[in-house]
Amino acid sequence: MKSNVGKLLSTAAIAATLSTAANAATLDDVKSKGFIQCGVSQGVPGFSNADSEGNWTGIDVDACRAAAAAVFGDAQKVKFTPLSAKERFTALQSGEIDVLARNTTWTYTRDSSLGLDFTAVNFYDGQGFMARKDLGVESALDLDGATVCTEQGTTTELNMADFFRKHKLSYVPVVVQKADEALAAYASGRCDVFTTDKSGLAAHRSKLANPADHMILPETISKEPLGPVVRHGDNQWKDIVTWAMFVQVNAEEMGITSDNVSKIKSETNDPGIARLLGKEGDMGAQLGLPADWAYNVIAQVGNYGEVFERNVGPSTPVGLPRGINNLWTEGGVMYAPPVR
Amino acid sequence: MSDKTIPSNKSPLNDAGTRALIFQIVLLAVVVFVGYYLFSNLQANLADQGISTGFGFLNQPAGFPVLIHLIDYTEADTYGRAFIVALINTVVISLMGIVLATVIGVVMGLARLSNNWLVARLATVYVETLRNIPLLLQMFFWYFAVLATLPHPRNSIIFADFFLNKRGIYSPNPIFQEGFGVVIAGFILSIIASIALIVWAKKRQTRTGVWFPAYWASLGVIAVITFLALAVSGFPIEFDLPQKSRFNVTGGMVLPPEFVAVLVALSTYTGAFIAEIVRAGILSVNWGQTEAARSLGLKDSLTQRLIVLPQALRVIIPPLTSQFLNLAKNSSLGAAIAYPELVAVVMGTTLNQTGQAIENIGLCMLVYGTLSLTISIFMNWYNKKMSLMER
Repeated sequence: MKSNVGKLLSTAAIAATLSTAANAATLDDVKSKGFIQCGVSQGVPGFSNADSEGNWTGIDVDACRAAAAAVFGDAQKVKFTPLSAKERFTALQSGEIDVLARNTTWTYTRDSSLGLDFTAVNFYDGQGFMARKDLGVESALDLDGATVCTEQGTTTELNMADFFRKHKLSYVPVVVQKADEALAAYASGRCDVFTTDKSGLAAHRSKLANPADHMILPETISKEPLGPVVRHGDNQWKDIVTWAMFVQVNAEEMGITSDNVSKIKSETNDPGIARLLGKEGDMGAQLGLPADWAYNVIAQVGNYGEVFERNVGPSTPVGLPRGINNLWTEGGVMYAPPVR
Repeated sequence: MSDKTIPSNKSPLNDAGTRALIFQIVLLAVVVFVGYYLFSNLQANLADQGISTGFGFLNQPAGFPVLIHLIDYTEADTYGRAFIVALINTVVISLMGIVLATVIGVVMGLARLSNNWLVARLATVYVETLRNIPLLLQMFFWYFAVLATLPHPRNSIIFADFFLNKRGIYSPNPIFQEGFGVVIAGFILSIIASIALIVWAKKRQTRTGVWFPAYWASLGVIAVITFLALAVSGFPIEFDLPQKSRFNVTGGMVLPPEFVAVLVALSTYTGAFIAEIVRAGILSVNWGQTEAARSLGLKDSLTQRLIVLPQALRVIIPPLTSQFLNLAKNSSLGAAIAYPELVAVVMGTTLNQTGQAIENIGLCMLVYGTLSLTISIFMNWYNKKMSLMER
């Protein structure tokens, strides 16, 4: 009996240790384990998608790579955890991942009551509908009585409900746990329309058997600012992830690319660029990072324009126009605070 | 615990009973303390990270739709009501699955023992195939592969007022008018009459040995009385007929493919296990029992029903309970193919919208725990009832 009590006590001790959430600085954790654990999607081309060899690419993947380049000077020091929409916040809250970069919409509720902090927006999106061309639908307002497929656990689910309620249209919701199965249900004819963020629609359409048979309806029914998310209360880590994004936008504005960054660093007389690339000042120390962290981000991951073109730009299968995601100087809304 | 109390030493510490009690108290104190520590630690950490807590969210509007709801539900209803909707969906699919799986299991178990070579082999193929393929895969098969072969709503298969297409099976929906109470009263009356008839027939058979087809007769009684009640009250039922509309078939009653796929997958999968349990149960009954029954002149069907099955049941019921529990818990896989049961609605959408993982997962654990315990209690009662009466 004594040994039983002993066993119970030691088990309880382990349980107690486990229930103590790791509230220490994420930067220290990341440095000590040597990589960033990054939560991504289970496969959204252009945002986060693994190829047949397990190499991840995408705009969200690059957000994590930028953070790794900033912390370690090596953009490859990232490990990826594919998460479904409904798993993602719990994974971040529990400390399983360090950054959540999973085309996640910044909303009031998520920011205020989920114990999360949104960093910067790396893609401005909006929700839309995709339908078969032979359905003869011109507008989302024609969808009275339609069956709608979508993925579970997203803002999409709520926006869809709000849209149909607002316009007093009836509909049949088919809410599937994973995006791929929701798309399969749409492809099999279970639904008339598939709804998610418009960038996602383009990405998903590229996965269908005959992408040309499907059209994206003109309406955008919501605002979906997407960006990386970190745990609430770790301001240093939040700043690192935020500024890894901001320096990419600033670099594009200054005309610095991954190709010319070395040349510019050695030749520049511009104090702003010299500060950004760590030639002058102590910009790195303020965040607990090496002096040349921004240089590493730009050299290894590229500026925002490069990231966009490489992953979702017109030359990729996803083929999205730059549109609203262009720099503020080019008619878009991408605007980063100055590095000063 | 083997230390014996030495009579000369009367210290209560040396008394096995007292010592056991002390250990129990210490253990309880440790458990309570650790539980309290974990709970307060959890609360502190949640507050630290700014995650909201409590069950207040259940009164907030949910804002999301649910495909299948047996009670009224709209997006404007609360998370609490969405929880009830999901709970009903889980209970309904579990109970229907249990009934269907039992029927399939008994039929297939008997078929495996059949003297007919073909029947026995077919049953073997069924059992070996279905119980060796993961259930989730089977659900995907029923949902995606079978669904894909059905026609688009525009080309629905139409039979009278029934429609069949990718979106489900549509049938007329009966709407009960005033005066339907008479029909319900007649139906209840006919059931009471049938029970009385069966009891009488049994008593008479025990007394005189004369057999009366009480079950068939009672079916007739129910049909005739119910029909008479319908006629007397002037058929107070109207039907809401399904009709083709622009995108879908609307109106009527619809059985969505998600429901059908989950039910078929659950019941055929569990049915394969039950078939093996039934077969084992029947084989456990000594062959001498069958021979004895035959020598008394009982027909084969009566031998099975009156001699073999009642004895086999004692072996069958305990593992059958496990299968029922498995089925109830496996119903949670329905979330993968859009069947809105508890895991989908509560641990999926509600958890994601509110971010309150601990409350929502706690609710789900409570429901599955209660559901499983209820099934267990019922099956244990049934097991006791069927167990061998020592006389």
